[in-house]
Amino acid sequence: MTLLSLQGIRKSFGAVDVLHGVDLKVAAGEVVGLVGDNGAGKSTLMKTITGIYRADSGSIEFDGKDILGLDPGQRRELGIEMIYQDLSLAKQQDVASNIFLGREPTKRVFGLFPGFVDKAAMDREATRMIERLGARLPSINRSVGSFSGGQQQTVAIARALTFNPKLVIMDEPTAALAVREVQSVLDLIRRLRSEGIAVILISHRLNDVLSVTDRIVVLRHGRADADLVTSKTNMNEVVSRIVGGGDVSAAAAHEQRG
Amino acid sequence: MASEQPGFWARVQRASVERLHIRLESLLVLVALSGAMALLSPFFLSLSNFLNILLATSTIGVLAIAATFVIGSGGLDLSLGSVMGLAGVAGAFVAVNLGWPSVFALIACILAGGLAGYINGQLVTRAFVPAFIVTLGMLGLARGLALVISQGRAIYGLPSAIVYIGQGRPFGIPMPVIILVLTAIVAHCVLAYTRFGRHTLALGDSEGAARAAGIRVEHHRRIIYTLSGALAGLAGLLFTARVNAGDPTAGINYELTAITAAIIGGTNLFGGRASILGTMIGALIMGVLQNGLTLLAVQSYYQQMAIGAVLILAVFIDQYQVRKESRV
Repeated sequence: MTLLSLQGIRKSFGAVDVLHGVDLKVAAGEVVGLVGDNGAGKSTLMKTITGIYRADSGSIEFDGKDILGLDPGQRRELGIEMIYQDLSLAKQQDVASNIFLGREPTKRVFGLFPGFVDKAAMDREATRMIERLGARLPSINRSVGSFSGGQQQTVAIARALTFNPKLVIMDEPTAALAVREVQSVLDLIRRLRSEGIAVILISHRLNDVLSVTDRIVVLRHGRADADLVTSKTNMNEVVSRIVGGGDVSAAAAHEQRG
Repeated sequence: MASEQPGFWARVQRASVERLHIRLESLLVLVALSGAMALLSPFFLSLSNFLNILLATSTIGVLAIAATFVIGSGGLDLSLGSVMGLAGVAGAFVAVNLGWPSVFALIACILAGGLAGYINGQLVTRAFVPAFIVTLGMLGLARGLALVISQGRAIYGLPSAIVYIGQGRPFGIPMPVIILVLTAIVAHCVLAYTRFGRHTLALGDSEGAARAAGIRVEHHRRIIYTLSGALAGLAGLLFTARVNAGDPTAGINYELTAITAAIIGGTNLFGGRASILGTMIGALIMGVLQNGLTLLAVQSYYQQMAIGAVLILAVFIDQYQVRKESRV
């Protein structure tokens, strides 16, 4: 079942055309890698999906609905969630505060004063979220800034899950991680897929993309230049599609080493 | 492994931060300082002097609460002392020069402060002038306006109802102290337990994260600055009622003491961490320091120097700890 369908998406900033008619389809529970050289339009494309940018022309359907005219908040309510590279975490606050930031559950105190944050419920729910992801954190009450990059990623994903998303867009989730932590983040992505959540993974780390995705879409010069099934492609082909053919053996060999 | 288990002291520290929202170190400083003063001066340890300290702390305490909210949200309000002076003059002007009922004088104090804070907030969030500059400008503006309204002279002859707010002692406890404690309790609950308070700290921690979480960042900042101004107005009311005069020079340099109290109390200078309980301990430290130095007959000029030194020392210690923690 197609969850997200983009057709002929165009976007320009002044005189600069960034997207020249991108077509992209993502099925429910599918992990799609989005790769492309710097400046290929990956970030712009993602921001037109989340609604931060309004596409100049083309159509975007999500879950059978036309969402072109909706703002980011409305699209999030429909189930589109994005995790940015900087993770957007408040580093001095604890795990539960970050997961529920902006949507803290409240209760009445002494049956009189409404609007008090229900910290116990928040901690309980946050713990459940982390466990659901099969992840481990040192302590739920520590400030997020004291965690490792992978643990912070876990918090960011747990936070995204509280919105009950159908699609999670992740921007370079493994870029700044230690080798050991990359695996745990890839496991988190597999966990999302097993729960039927679609993932768009933007990454320069082609090894990670090849190991976790179902499909790889190559963005080049503002077009979806190639749509590859991960099980039927390899590093060479992906690299050659990114740089646009020609002799790519050196570049591919470089990626394979990494 | 032994190193995995935090020591007893570390656990007590963490518990005090997580449960009570105070840093143990500041409490120890308060106790040590009080002990030293008690040894040095025979007058220090008495109920009347204790109430004196609290009374002297009440105005600074209210300002320090304002500073805690603003700094905790990643902002800065240098206009606290001037706005306090303006608010006191505004209240006295309404009561004495206009001869309106006392209630209007109270409202005028809070309103004048709140309005100054509202203007601060508007300028910070809409005109994109840094808070440092906006509130520094307001420091001059509010002080000048206070002098204009009062024509440079203190306004005397306040009605007794207002004087009672500053000098009354129900159950032997000075009214300003009661008002400070009530304000602090409400402020603590708001900052530590409500969504507004949590959003305030999240905003100071990472504006990007707060925005991504759907918090209306600019709107929130405007509320914080307005609140800060209104609290400065309350401080102005307490001061004016206590000295029984609308003094246009009231509150000069008070922002220095208030910000120092907030920082000593554990407020992160760059936002994201703050607690009212901590700030109250910080304000008490400042109060004990000033009271003790006065009892020891130290000239007030030196007291001013001491406050400045304490501010720098407090930030130094805080930054030192932050760097130490980030190395672990």
